[in-house]
Amino acid sequence: MSDVVEKTLSALPGLFDSQTGAARITSRLRQLVKSITELTSKNEEESLIKQELSSMKEQVSSPNTSMMREIMVRAMYCEMLGYDASFTYIHAIKLAQQGGVLEKRVGYLAVSLFLNEGHELLLLLVNTVLKDLQSTNVIEAYMALTVVAQVFPKDMIPAVLPLLEDKLSYPKEIIRRKAVLALYKFYLIAPNQVQHIHAKFRKALCDRDPGVMTSSLHIYLQLITESPDDYKDLTGSFVTILKQVVGGKLPVDFNYHNVPAPWLQIQLLRILSLLGKEDRSTSELMYEVLDESLRRAEMNHNITYAILYECVKAIYTIHPKAELLEKAARCIGNFVLSPKINLRYLGLKALTYVVQHDAKLALQHQMTIIECLDHTDFTIKRETLELLFRITNAQNVTVIVEKMLDFLHGCSDEHTIIHLVGKVAELAEKFAPDNSWFIQTMNDVFSTGGDLLQQDVPNNFLRLLAEGSESKEEDDQLRLYAVNSYLTVLKGDASHLPQRFLQVMSWVLGEYAHLQESVDQREVIRLLTQLLDQRSVSSETRVWILSALTKISEGQTDLILDLAESLSSSQDTVLRQQAQELRQLSQDSQLYEWVLPRGAPWDSMEVDSSLSFLDGFVSEALAAGAAPYKPPHQRQEELCEDRALNLEPYSFSLPVSLSSCSITDRQSPTLLSVSSGLSGNSTELSQKAGSSTLILEGVKRVWGRDGYLRQNETTAPPVDEPSAAVQPSGQQEAAERLEPQPEPSTQNQDKLQLASSLFVGLGAGSSMSLLGKSEAPPPRFRKKPRPHESSSSSSSGTSERSSDSSSRSSHSTTDSFLYGSLLEEEPATSISAFSHTPKSSTANGLAQNKDTKEDRRANTSQILGGDMVIVRPNTFQDKHPSLVSSDLTALLPADLKDLPHSDVISLTSDPSLSLSSCRLFRDEALLLVILISNCTETVIKDVAVQLTCEELETASLRGNVMNCLEGNSTSVCHYALLMDEPHTNVSFTGTVSYQTQPGHTNTLSFSGTLSAADFIRPLVVSTEEYGKLWLSLSHDVKQNLKLLTDASDPLRTTLNALKDALQLHVVDIIGSEGIVACRLLSGAPCLLHCRVNGAALAMWLRSPHPALPDCILYHCQRALAQH
Amino acid sequence: MIKAILIFNNHGKPRLIRFYQYFLNMQLQIKHLCTNKMAEDMQQQIIRETFHLVSKRDDNVCNFLEGGSLIGGSDYKLIYRHYATLYFVFCVDSSESELGILDLIQVFVETLDKCFENVCELDLIFHMDKVHYILQEVVMGGMVLETNMNEIVAQVELQNRMEKSEGGLSGAPARAVSAVKNMNLPEIPRNINIGDINIKVPSLSPF
Repeated sequence: MSDVVEKTLSALPGLFDSQTGAARITSRLRQLVKSITELTSKNEEESLIKQELSSMKEQVSSPNTSMMREIMVRAMYCEMLGYDASFTYIHAIKLAQQGGVLEKRVGYLAVSLFLNEGHELLLLLVNTVLKDLQSTNVIEAYMALTVVAQVFPKDMIPAVLPLLEDKLSYPKEIIRRKAVLALYKFYLIAPNQVQHIHAKFRKALCDRDPGVMTSSLHIYLQLITESPDDYKDLTGSFVTILKQVVGGKLPVDFNYHNVPAPWLQIQLLRILSLLGKEDRSTSELMYEVLDESLRRAEMNHNITYAILYECVKAIYTIHPKAELLEKAARCIGNFVLSPKINLRYLGLKALTYVVQHDAKLALQHQMTIIECLDHTDFTIKRETLELLFRITNAQNVTVIVEKMLDFLHGCSDEHTIIHLVGKVAELAEKFAPDNSWFIQTMNDVFSTGGDLLQQDVPNNFLRLLAEGSESKEEDDQLRLYAVNSYLTVLKGDASHLPQRFLQVMSWVLGEYAHLQESVDQREVIRLLTQLLDQRSVSSETRVWILSALTKISEGQTDLILDLAESLSSSQDTVLRQQAQELRQLSQDSQLYEWVLPRGAPWDSMEVDSSLSFLDGFVSEALAAGAAPYKPPHQRQEELCEDRALNLEPYSFSLPVSLSSCSITDRQSPTLLSVSSGLSGNSTELSQKAGSSTLILEGVKRVWGRDGYLRQNETTAPPVDEPSAAVQPSGQQEAAERLEPQPEPSTQNQDKLQLASSLFVGLGAGSSMSLLGKSEAPPPRFRKKPRPHESSSSSSSGTSERSSDSSSRSSHSTTDSFLYGSLLEEEPATSISAFSHTPKSSTANGLAQNKDTKEDRRANTSQILGGDMVIVRPNTFQDKHPSLVSSDLTALLPADLKDLPHSDVISLTSDPSLSLSSCRLFRDEALLLVILISNCTETVIKDVAVQLTCEELETASLRGNVMNCLEGNSTSVCHYALLMDEPHTNVSFTGTVSYQTQPGHTNTLSFSGTLSAADFIRPLVVSTEEYGKLWLSLSHDVKQNLKLLTDASDPLRTTLNALKDALQLHVVDIIGSEGIVACRLLSGAPCLLHCRVNGAALAMWLRSPHPALPDCILYHCQRALAQH
Repeated sequence: MIKAILIFNNHGKPRLIRFYQYFLNMQLQIKHLCTNKMAEDMQQQIIRETFHLVSKRDDNVCNFLEGGSLIGGSDYKLIYRHYATLYFVFCVDSSESELGILDLIQVFVETLDKCFENVCELDLIFHMDKVHYILQEVVMGGMVLETNMNEIVAQVELQNRMEKSEGGLSGAPARAVSAVKNMNLPEIPRNINIGDINIKVPSLSPF
């Protein structure tokens, strides 16, 4: 290789006109490349580059622009090889600033290669970019756009944004296209900044140039991934575009190997699948075009396969249609059976995706899957295992797990190991056929996974052992088996075992060694002690071992004292402390009994985490003049204040825990209260080591996360026998398809056998015939339901903590952290709650009321078919509808009476009818009650109310049509309204049509406004939960508000004023800071953090919804202004 | 999004690297601890690891590799093609289509071939800046900008014209290299297979 270069290079000089400047310039780069290729060792290269860099340093200091360009290229070369040429960065920026077009080009390229988004030198580039964007020279604008899309400082986006927006209507399409992509990039790094130009994105989508449209799809793919519901209206457009593309309506330029704009098709298919997911009506729009794409994409080129793959995925993602599914399944078959390895990989991926919906498809391809399992390609193997993981059930778990472990033993890639080991552990826990298999598999998991394992694997395992199932006997058997197995392991050579495994073993032995009566406890102690002496054991593991020893030391004082003695001189303070404790405990059996009661259920242990028993000690110390305790971040803050000027160099020397703490503190204003509850590190550590409760508390379960959970549920049904009975035809078909396979050779026989063991239980019909055993054992380890497990584990105990807060909270509290799932579920339940409220039950509910008036009302409503409630105006005789009496609220149906409500306001009136409205605040909706009063003596017939409001959604309505309204009576009709998108104010309009005489219809129209404040509900959370939630929210807005200074406690007064006006929940007030939480109906939360800042209130809002903070801020401002 | 594009030769020597996202070591991600320099070291590590992963693989296995631990996470994928002496590796996240990227690499290489007339490793070495310009026309800031080869070539040529009019920096060696290539020098030793350094753009056989 280098010889060739040399030859080439030696030939070069003859080709140059050696007198020109160009040749001289390039000769430097040539020289460099040449000498580098001649080198043989890394050392030589290093010294050569050092030399080169220093000569470059000299050159840059004597500026010569024609030289500069060449130097930049050389610097890029050095950087590419991994050498630091940071002294050229500033020159790159200079070059971009001052040079001509060519210099600029090199300068911009160098900048985008050298600097990352956070680099401070980038700020120097902003002005240049601004200037170039405004330049009349297309090339300059072009280059500036490129660099903007590559690297641009986030903070400076507002400066450049208007210029980019202008570029969206630039005549040249390439410029428009680049501008769209640059905006997309901005959206990715700072979504808030480009909120307002969504309309322009739409314009880009409708651009007359297909290239610009293609670019805009990047943005839409991202937007739709984030919130598919907001873009359902565009489905039609996307379908039309795809139709045109597939139909070859684009210019031939866009063809690639005769396929029209394949990349565009891929993008569109992805967008469509996102839009059609779980949405029948939207899906129906795209069936036709998907079919068309499938048909058009003939299998003749790589890129058509890419389109087919996306098509298949889309078909399986959207609302299913049998005909398409069948075609897609055939397609997957083509992929899986393809001799091309890439396609087979995609086929496996598709299968993995599809088996969640349709397990029998895997059954059809079982032989191929088994071949792939033995494939030499690592990637294929891995993907196959992923597929097998999805189809695992109680019957095939042993075979699949065996395959996975086999793979793991021969695998060296860390990432894969972590990933796969977690899956094995999950499967083992879910489907284990018996104790011995389970423990053996977990042993394998621990020894293979080693210390790469995620912490929750051992935690879950221990938790499972500790909590047990319903039957104590079975639990003890499992524990006993574990103990036996670990004793065997420990008797062998334990030095090579991973630390995690040792920790698990020592914990189990400590807790359950006493179950094994045939083994002397002294033997166990001996084994553990032996472990302690081993050099390879880490000090963390030693702590685990020692606490295990503490647990089983009862009655073995002699051994223990020796041990404690030898450890009390250990260098490790934690160990020393434990040894001390051990000594004390072993000498005082009463204390031992009290601290470590044998066989006590683990969850009965109480830990006083607030350390209140130390209160006396603390107050004594304080009285004696000790400094009060400050939480770490406060100390850090004080440190920062002291050194306000020169922070950087010193902050390095601080312990990492402190500096990281300061970072989280910046994000969470509530950390103050969170961390003040904890005390110093030492107690935490000893607790961790000493008691089992703390180790297990707050541990997340792998399968508690959404993703896994969902998969498990979807793979479960095929095992279910009833469901198999319901649709046996399809599975039988699959079985039949399997049967006519050719007579297998002996080698095939093995594979067939493997197949039957792997795919057992997938389709009920076929699996029976293959295995002849049909019993599907229930999942072995069923965890005991625990009281606070229903809420997520991170917020366990929520309900207890906040049960004493306001009465309206009970519903929202438990849900507050389930916001994600709540988004999906809550509206649905609210709707059903509304529409399912039976009419008769309303009447019944009223009938139970002792009040005679109510009674009568109920009767009338029953007579009228219960569709509405009519009140005889015994109490309501008001002839002047404009003066609305508050008594009107008495007319509300009984089930609504107790809700908080607004005053009744008059909407409109005419000689026969008067309308007034009242707002009722329900947790999950706003009830707009419209009271229709007949002001005449005569009966009004066919009254129908129609309400329209574009921004709001009507969840349910009641009483909007009535056959007749008697004279001087009032009827109530109410709408439950939902606000999905925050709007500061929304107006509604409506009409009431009625007949005073038959055939003569009058209409009366009305309108009104609702404010977002009507849709805000308090969100009751504890300070701690608030802190967690705060960190998880993305969109934030800051603003200074007026502070009500007239009272003694301005902050509290202001917050109370806001609370009254807006139904907020004041979570906590700490000093000059207050935290407040609310949510939009039962949807998106919004957290407010208020701080008194001089005479103003600095408000900081965060919400998952981008528009909500602005909306709430607006109403806060108004509320304070009115106050 | 495309996260990074790496081109290196059979010996792992980088020929072009372009990162669209800065990969940082997890432990260093606390912001103030992470300087530009560390990001670069990380990049070198990624190149090494990627080379290690990719070079192990036969030519008859599939062109996809799922996330190594450095590039991080199951969301990331390496998609690569091997042409004669060079590996072209794209590191992408799950929002990209595997086969789509595979063909994008093909488009990129074919474009290089057109711009350099029988592209070879030497062209990439001597015209690193040019290759970067071409790449910029294909992928901008991690997003696919243009997939139409003619369009890309037209853009590049437009810029080249501009360069020539200013008496370009790398015009001369381009001529030189292509002259060398066409010279068919007899003194080139037999044992060096000159055909080997040419990247062969395989004509894509129909399936």
